[in-house]
Amino acid sequence: MRHLLSVRDLDRGAAVGILDLAEDMADVATRAVPRLPTLRGRTVANLFFEDSTRTRLSFEAAAKRLSADVITFSAKGSSVSKGESLKDTAQTIAAMGIDAVVLRHPASGAARVLADGQWIDAAVINAGDGMHEHPTQGLLDAFTMRKAVHGTASRGTGLDGLRVTIVGDILHSRVARSNIWLLKTLGASVHLVGPETLLPAGVGAWPVTSGTDLDDALAGKPDVVMMLRVQGERMHAAYFPNEREYSRQWGLDDARLARLAPDTMVMHPGPMNRGLEISSAAADSARSLVLDQVANGVSIRMAVLYLVLSGSEGRGAV
Amino acid sequence: MSPLTSLLIRGATLPDGTATDLLVDHGVIAERGSGLSQTGSTVIDAAGLQALPGLVDLHTHLREPGFEQSETVLSGSRAAAAGGFTAVHAMANTSPVADTAGVVEQVASLGEQHGYTTVRPVGAVTVGLAGERLSEIGAMAQSRAAVRVFSDDGRCVSDALLMRRALEYVKTFGGVIAQHSQEPRLTEGAQMNEGALSSELGLAGWPAVAEEAIIARDVLLAQHVGARLHVCHLSTAGSVEVIRWAKARGIRVTAEVAPHHLLLDEQLVAGYDARFKVNPPLRRSEDVLALRAALAEGVIDIVATDHAPHPIETKECAWQEASFGMVGLETALSVVQAAVVDSGQMSWADVARVLSGKPAEIGRLSGYDAPFTVGAPANVTLVDPGARRVFGVELLRGKSVNTPYLGRELPGRVVATVHRGVPTVLDGELRTPEEVANHVE
Repeated sequence: MRHLLSVRDLDRGAAVGILDLAEDMADVATRAVPRLPTLRGRTVANLFFEDSTRTRLSFEAAAKRLSADVITFSAKGSSVSKGESLKDTAQTIAAMGIDAVVLRHPASGAARVLADGQWIDAAVINAGDGMHEHPTQGLLDAFTMRKAVHGTASRGTGLDGLRVTIVGDILHSRVARSNIWLLKTLGASVHLVGPETLLPAGVGAWPVTSGTDLDDALAGKPDVVMMLRVQGERMHAAYFPNEREYSRQWGLDDARLARLAPDTMVMHPGPMNRGLEISSAAADSARSLVLDQVANGVSIRMAVLYLVLSGSEGRGAV
Repeated sequence: MSPLTSLLIRGATLPDGTATDLLVDHGVIAERGSGLSQTGSTVIDAAGLQALPGLVDLHTHLREPGFEQSETVLSGSRAAAAGGFTAVHAMANTSPVADTAGVVEQVASLGEQHGYTTVRPVGAVTVGLAGERLSEIGAMAQSRAAVRVFSDDGRCVSDALLMRRALEYVKTFGGVIAQHSQEPRLTEGAQMNEGALSSELGLAGWPAVAEEAIIARDVLLAQHVGARLHVCHLSTAGSVEVIRWAKARGIRVTAEVAPHHLLLDEQLVAGYDARFKVNPPLRRSEDVLALRAALAEGVIDIVATDHAPHPIETKECAWQEASFGMVGLETALSVVQAAVVDSGQMSWADVARVLSGKPAEIGRLSGYDAPFTVGAPANVTLVDPGARRVFGVELLRGKSVNTPYLGRELPGRVVATVHRGVPTVLDGELRTPEEVANHVE
């Protein structure tokens, strides 16, 4: 694998391959010294043009467990806030001799532009681009679901027949997009729920079903309920009237939690707005896989770093 | 060649299909017929070439004053001549904005001095394009630049009262408001056509209704005050229907389409290559087909380039950080040929109408109403319609290279352009600034 830009570039075999490799990586974490020498001498640059503590830490942990060197670049207080472009920043970092760039950027398609731009020859991993995709999040979510369904017999399997309901601000969510395409590739079916204003234009052309009624959706007994973060500024742009109404209509509150089947998986990509899209009881319930998602994130990112770097000659290791 | 040297064009095919010789002398068509000869004339063998009246662009961004790193009046005039244009209308979004007589006179005189093409400044409708107060429309109309087209292009005159007043006020001077139809609130942060693809790519949508709603409002305002309205770069099938309805009611509205909207569709956005970022955005393939049909039918009156040069760094970046716009002067005729002539939807006579006669009429530009008649100003473009070439930056003549056609095979080639009797392009090559500027009287 040269880059990881979009889950749509992964066919089923490739996706299952990444999940299986992540299983191996997860095993490493259980060792006395949770570290592999695999990427010793390689340098990974985390280029974060947008704040994201958890994704950045997860990639850092993953790179370090594979013995890679990590350079982290955050936009705040850097030359980016003085107007430096993606191209210049990338070339500057590349001139230091790096093998992979992990890019988080507020512009959709930024990772694709960086990979296609021929400004650098490092591998590019998309760690979230605008409203477009967050491929490693999609992979870690799929990994978490697969683990919950198949346990130790996960290797080689997909998510065939699994019914996943994604709830909330689909329109602005890169997490939803990466999940939708990847879950489809792995054989799951996806149902989207949210207010009309937060369902994307043309959603009818996507390989999903969609609706506006959360109670209806939950009555269908989905295997997975994935709640998306709702951003307060959305109500100022008239997507919904206020937080109370949103929570009442589309929040996973205690009453809705009580109606879920005991084995329904509750997921959330974080960070959570407790009391808005998800109640504390739901977030902390036995059905919640929120912390598994975080833990699995490191394994997935180890697998992805390994795949994009193992095929190439080290540039940093001269 | 001195300015007084005559030019003999042999065997050109006119838009009506007849072949003739044309003798150009003292800036006008001096003789027309077969077997013409003139001692001492420069002779252009036009056998097999299509003659068109000099092309007139109603929508060009020349960027001077203020943005000379992107384009100047000279570089844009050269791009225009290379594309077969003998007149361009320079949009007002310069710095300072063309909202006073001083700025429009400066732009017009630069054009006159360089001589490649007639430069007709467009005046801003509102001061600083800010959409708050009318600019000095009368002063610009009565200046040496004799401005007749007024536009805040790049921005929409979205305030209904201001639009009404502008439409009424320009009537005083025989002017027209050229509206950039874009409802601002519906397009905040918009990046591409709104639809399934924008949703998939995670780019904020620019919905068709944001264009159509403004056009619908404006044609009603134009009807109410009995004024003339011109709609810039119309891009959707729905807009075509609004214009059709308005024309059927006798409303005095004209509409333009940009060449790129006749050939390219939104699927090109999928790779996030910002060369395809333009405003209004590339639309669905259904829209492209509707625009072609409407142009052929006459519902859309003209093609105008919306030539929008930008420096390379504003295109070599993430999509939503990139500037909107494409250069288009050099490619417009080829793109029109590819979109509607080679498909048989339009004849060369139709092309002459939509790229010369009608835009001149809308802009109240004289000298284009009776092309190829004896005594008419000699504005002539000779095209080799049989040529085909893979388009590359080396074929661009302006300062900027933000073209969406790189690597695409395009038909047709401008072999010669004659501006008021002076060849600006010969044998497919631009003549030098000295050769052209010397001819200005």
